[in-house]
Amino acid sequence: MAATDEIRATSDSLLTTEGPRRPANAGQLTRWTLLFLGGVLMVMPIAYMISTSLKWPHEVYNLKLIPEEPTIENYTYVLEDGRFYWWFVNSLIIATITTLSNVFFDSLVGYTLCKFRFPGRYIVFIAILSTLMIPTEMLVIPWYLMSQQFGWLDTYWGIMFPGLMTAFGTFLMKQFFETVPDDFIEAARIDGLNELQIWWTVAMPLVRPALAALAIFVFLGNWTAFIWPLIVTNSVEMYTLPVGLSSFGDEADVAWELIMTGAAISTLPTLVVFLIFQRFIIRGVVMAGLKG
Amino acid sequence: MYRNLTIRQKQIVWAWAFLALPVLFYCVIRFYPTGNAIVISFQDWNLLGDRTWAGLENYRKLAADPVFWQVFRNTFVYLLLGTPVSLVISFVIAYHLDKTRFMHGFLRMLYFLPFMTSAVAMAWVWRWFYQPVPIGLFNNALASVGVPQFPFLRSTTWALPSILAPAVWAGLGFQIIIFMAGLRAIPRSYYEAARIDGVSTWTVLWEITLPLLKPTIVFIVVFSSIGFLRIFDHVFNMTSQNPGGPLNSTKPLVLMIYQTAFSSFDMGYAAAQTVVLFLVLLVVSLLQLRILRDR
Repeated sequence: MAATDEIRATSDSLLTTEGPRRPANAGQLTRWTLLFLGGVLMVMPIAYMISTSLKWPHEVYNLKLIPEEPTIENYTYVLEDGRFYWWFVNSLIIATITTLSNVFFDSLVGYTLCKFRFPGRYIVFIAILSTLMIPTEMLVIPWYLMSQQFGWLDTYWGIMFPGLMTAFGTFLMKQFFETVPDDFIEAARIDGLNELQIWWTVAMPLVRPALAALAIFVFLGNWTAFIWPLIVTNSVEMYTLPVGLSSFGDEADVAWELIMTGAAISTLPTLVVFLIFQRFIIRGVVMAGLKG
Repeated sequence: MYRNLTIRQKQIVWAWAFLALPVLFYCVIRFYPTGNAIVISFQDWNLLGDRTWAGLENYRKLAADPVFWQVFRNTFVYLLLGTPVSLVISFVIAYHLDKTRFMHGFLRMLYFLPFMTSAVAMAWVWRWFYQPVPIGLFNNALASVGVPQFPFLRSTTWALPSILAPAVWAGLGFQIIIFMAGLRAIPRSYYEAARIDGVSTWTVLWEITLPLLKPTIVFIVVFSSIGFLRIFDHVFNMTSQNPGGPLNSTKPLVLMIYQTAFSSFDMGYAAAQTVVLFLVLLVVSLLQLRILRDR
């Protein structure tokens, strides 16, 4: 309980700007200006990506950030071509299903390990935790062989199966279920709810912020995942956005304004989500970072 | 039958019912493949032909492979450049951002935004920046002030740092946020006591802030080291006509694994490389935890 409150307080204090207001002096002004310039530098690549995606081909190599005659021609062209449309849909389906699966299973396992006393509990916990040490790259070869054997290559299932549950998510959720008082669960049991109902209707609503943090991490991770989708997909229609983008390979015959449009299409959704839920996401990052 | 069980027995039934599917998942999708990778690393297998036992042959081949040692070196260069550079930059920014009130949220957003991007997309953007005149942004900018061209991705010396830059850039936002949370967790009373004693800002930084920030620093060092040791997306996408080039000068271990397994289909050899990666990650993390915790 106390741990969460502490983290919540820390992350809340990150979001507020309380503290003594002193009149601005020269030092603070310099600090602010330098931080501002650094921040502008940080978003430059993103700004240039968006700006180039709105330029006509003849303007692309111009250093100006604001296009002289902005156009959405590149977007129409790229989306009419159909490939990016498909890749977008694939990425969306895969990231969404994986996120739902993680939110469901990681919290179910985290809850069970936290609130039940049963033989084997400790072993299961240690076993799941130990998988955190295994790098994905060590597993891709066996996963590939498995997919080949069962005909999972080039399917949604093939892309998704390795990430349906994660030890990180399970551990995160277990930590947060510690904050749910046992009395609540006991009371629900006396009211005649079964264990599944208790988990879903009593415990889950109490850890909503953690669920949101987990969902954000899993979605972002799967939206940008590269190496496994690259290995498991062969046909262009099954690519995800990152795999599709990387398939343009050779820079000699690349139309940079179209590549930037593709890059923007694969980046803008997460950026927009971030801008809308900024406070929430930063709190989630702090919670996941400190707990996980 | 279920009705006759005690409350405790019912709990055991429920717990295992909840865990049945996940336990199966972890066995089939995590533990079995881990064991399988280790087994394959002792075999000779090119995916089409027979699997034959090769003993330590793959590991011997690895030790004698000059490309592997080049790759091993590159992987550690990514780590030894990337981790300290991103640690220092993110701390400096977090330290000052923490003391800034005016438009704090806006500044923080600017720094955090790159964390939400996709590595592949941004690899293309940076790759475009690095192109020679008349395409690349950096070289165009240099040309406009009369500075000679810089080779970036085409030089065996500069390609690696050029690829590392976007990887560091993308991770800074996360590290800054974690650092700021760490800074906020330091009790104000320490600073107040220091102020009463008239201690200089510099001493406060070295004697109070940094020592109390140690858990945060340990976390960031271990976390970012694992990331740099596993670098792949940026390298693959910024050197895609010759992945890991020029002349293997940017090739990290994960890229070598990918090529051995999925271009040469030498599964046994690739599996041996993954075992090496696993050991490297394990040893580096344990060493860091040990050294940083003890101090």
